[in-house]
Amino acid sequence: MRRIGIDVGGTNTDAVLIQDDFVVAGVKTPTTEDVTSGILQALKDLVSGMDEGPGHVDAVMIGTTHFTNAVIQRRDLKPVAAVRIGLPASASLPPFVDWPDDLARIVRGRVFMIEGGHEYDGRPLVDFDADEMRKAAREIADSGITSVGIASIFSPLTAECEEAAGEIVRQECPGVAITLSHDLGRIGLLERENATLLNACIIDLARKTTSAFTRALGQSGIEAPLYMTQNDGTVMRAEFAAEFPIYSFASGPTNSMRGAAFLTGLNDGIVIDVGGTTTDVGVLQAGFPREANNVVEIGGVRTLFRMPDLLSVGLGGGSVVQVDGSSIGPISVGHRITTEALVFGGDTLTATDVAAAAGLIKFGDTTAVESLESSIQDSAISRIAEMVDEAVDRMKVDANPVPLIAVGGAAFLVPDQLPGISEVIQVEHRGVANAVGAAIAQVSGEVDQVFTGMGRAASIEAATELAKKRTVLAGADSETLSVVEVEDLPLSYVPGDALRVRVRVVGDTAPN
Amino acid sequence: MVDAREIQADELTALSTGAWILGAGGGGSPYYSYLNMLEMYKAGKRVTLIDPLTLGDDDLVAVVSSMGAPLVGQERLRDPDFAAKPVRMMEEYLGRKFNAVMSLEIGGGNALQPLMVAAVTGLPVVDADSMGRAFPEAQMTSFAIGDLQMFPLCLADIRDNETIVARAASWKWMERISRKICTEVGSVASTCKAPRSGKEVKDWGILYTTTRAIDLGHAVEDARAAHEDPVAAALDQEGGILLFRGKITDIDRRATEGFLRGSATIDGLDEDAGHEFQLEFQNEFVIGFLDGKPAATVPEIICVMDTLSGEAIGTETLRYGQRVSVIALPAASILTSERGLENVGPRAFGYDMEFRSVFADGAQT
Repeated sequence: MRRIGIDVGGTNTDAVLIQDDFVVAGVKTPTTEDVTSGILQALKDLVSGMDEGPGHVDAVMIGTTHFTNAVIQRRDLKPVAAVRIGLPASASLPPFVDWPDDLARIVRGRVFMIEGGHEYDGRPLVDFDADEMRKAAREIADSGITSVGIASIFSPLTAECEEAAGEIVRQECPGVAITLSHDLGRIGLLERENATLLNACIIDLARKTTSAFTRALGQSGIEAPLYMTQNDGTVMRAEFAAEFPIYSFASGPTNSMRGAAFLTGLNDGIVIDVGGTTTDVGVLQAGFPREANNVVEIGGVRTLFRMPDLLSVGLGGGSVVQVDGSSIGPISVGHRITTEALVFGGDTLTATDVAAAAGLIKFGDTTAVESLESSIQDSAISRIAEMVDEAVDRMKVDANPVPLIAVGGAAFLVPDQLPGISEVIQVEHRGVANAVGAAIAQVSGEVDQVFTGMGRAASIEAATELAKKRTVLAGADSETLSVVEVEDLPLSYVPGDALRVRVRVVGDTAPN
Repeated sequence: MVDAREIQADELTALSTGAWILGAGGGGSPYYSYLNMLEMYKAGKRVTLIDPLTLGDDDLVAVVSSMGAPLVGQERLRDPDFAAKPVRMMEEYLGRKFNAVMSLEIGGGNALQPLMVAAVTGLPVVDADSMGRAFPEAQMTSFAIGDLQMFPLCLADIRDNETIVARAASWKWMERISRKICTEVGSVASTCKAPRSGKEVKDWGILYTTTRAIDLGHAVEDARAAHEDPVAAALDQEGGILLFRGKITDIDRRATEGFLRGSATIDGLDEDAGHEFQLEFQNEFVIGFLDGKPAATVPEIICVMDTLSGEAIGTETLRYGQRVSVIALPAASILTSERGLENVGPRAFGYDMEFRSVFADGAQT
């Protein structure tokens, strides 16, 4: 298998070519405003280092923070029509109820609450009010809103109402993007609806972005299917990602941790990813990131996505250093480091300049930092060590020493020795670990559903079949599927042997 | 406390946090009720909390709860009008108006049920409940321990189905009949339990538990904001005991007789390294064994908290690999009385053993 992994970060776009289990080549280029030309450049750089071109490539995987950032920075978002099917239940908590005001103001186009939905055992709650839905769809058509999110009570159990509503919207509002909540899985109406609405507000951006990625790939001359990485360390086909961009949220940190595991051969330890602006610390367990216990908020919106448990601190290669070296960050010159840092001819003292002056790296014009007083250097270097130590210590759960894997473009800032750390591991290609993580990603599919009256074994089997089907649909080779997670939860206070089953399946990307 | 005071907006968060901890792993998350309260406070509604001792002996108090499966609640959410519906049914049935409303259980989402009813009806909320924590069944209340009358009960469904259980032969019969109705309407219903007189609340209620939950929530949130240990803050506030600290290595769950039963195994970390803690639950945490020996049992409150964030973890959200602290908080004294233990002691949950307090001095609230 030959695969290309690309990670588009806020500062750099990294690309790697991987052959089976070694890295053939890795490059790093600045991220561009339009994202795509940076990707194109990275692909060019990657190929130019090879005398015989890239050869056959099985797949290209892109990880991007583009969609997460759009939500966090409240840009490129489209207003959405929210349709909730479940009246007379849930009336007092309408869609967007727990969103931050500034985000709701942009995304809340229209809100419709309609009778319908189901019970935990599949009985209808009340009859679905198709007439009311049609009236809503006509209003949506008249309003000019281009994206609709539809959520119905207990739709992970039976998607009947959402599908009927989606069909009516398709008839009345041709060309409008539709996100149905049951496609995003989990039980928990408000959280599933939130994910649906977030997805709906970035679907336009996702479609444009993925088609630009596809074009960039075409221009590069590499013929391979395009995948996008998701927050659980797996990938989905680009055309699938264009419809479900929310799955790509927070995939960057997951990729770098998976890449760190791959590069070092270690499955357990702590990973520190030092980028241009921030440092993320996470814990690697059995080759995957440890997940956060808590409900995860994205841009202030509560969802049920499982995200890696991360601690972020404002330290990176571009972090601005106080002239006396006493404090560092959180302000960073970001991708302007190549013009603003002292070693690159600028006039801002950054963490990279301090590292260059201290001889930790050779970067740019080191004569530009020769005059930096050693007391300032020492104080800045020890402040960096303190920040790293504190972040790592907070993520540790016991006193036993563990290895620390340093990755990211500014991994050189991590000191060689730290308390409570058995060894600090710096490996080749550490700077592009996130692209490596993207390149090695598999495809996954998940089911979270209630099964009634089937018995435990049959319920799990049904859920597994469905998860496998979804995995193949997401782009997996059906010959390579494996079940990685089965969780079953009997429901208290309900009769009939009701069992909530969650199954996750992964497989290798299907061949071309 | 003062006789009557307005509950402040910031106390809604603290009440939710504290109530979720007092839920002992059950009771359902207070989040949806909290959101409703937040919306109503934004709309200008306010709720008054009254000292139970200011109730007149003949005052009539509504005891309210949302009954059913927490998972169904996650889809159907909660609605204040729906919470108030059985209270109005009861007033109509009795031909008498209520003077105040109180919670059946302070643990979990039901802590905020009387607040929602109060915001809709204008009734004050009594600073009391009948469990001091969360329990799975109707006969596990201080009013049942006091052998008070268990009927009538009003139960409302979102679809305009209203049921009144006019009489029941015992607390257990009331539990069986009302549970059956609740199940039929989709395993979630709002209820108004047997009405209580002011005297009954003063004699048999578990007093000042709303304040207890608010104070506990404040302690944990303040510690979190100050980057201090939230688990230690909870223990300090409650006079609780840290039972064990470790990582969940195994979970086994099964549903029997309407309960979510099961156990979790925790491998010790730090000071507890080399030891093992076994937690058994029936919706709520019932008993904990340290290296095979009973370490804590009902009715004392066993809670599992995320070691870092101090977030309480429910029996439904326990997951392999979580780093947790198991703590014990004191139970209301009525629950550990002889009659109390018959209803809510280890034997009531099928464990043939005597209740032994983890608090050396028998500390009780």
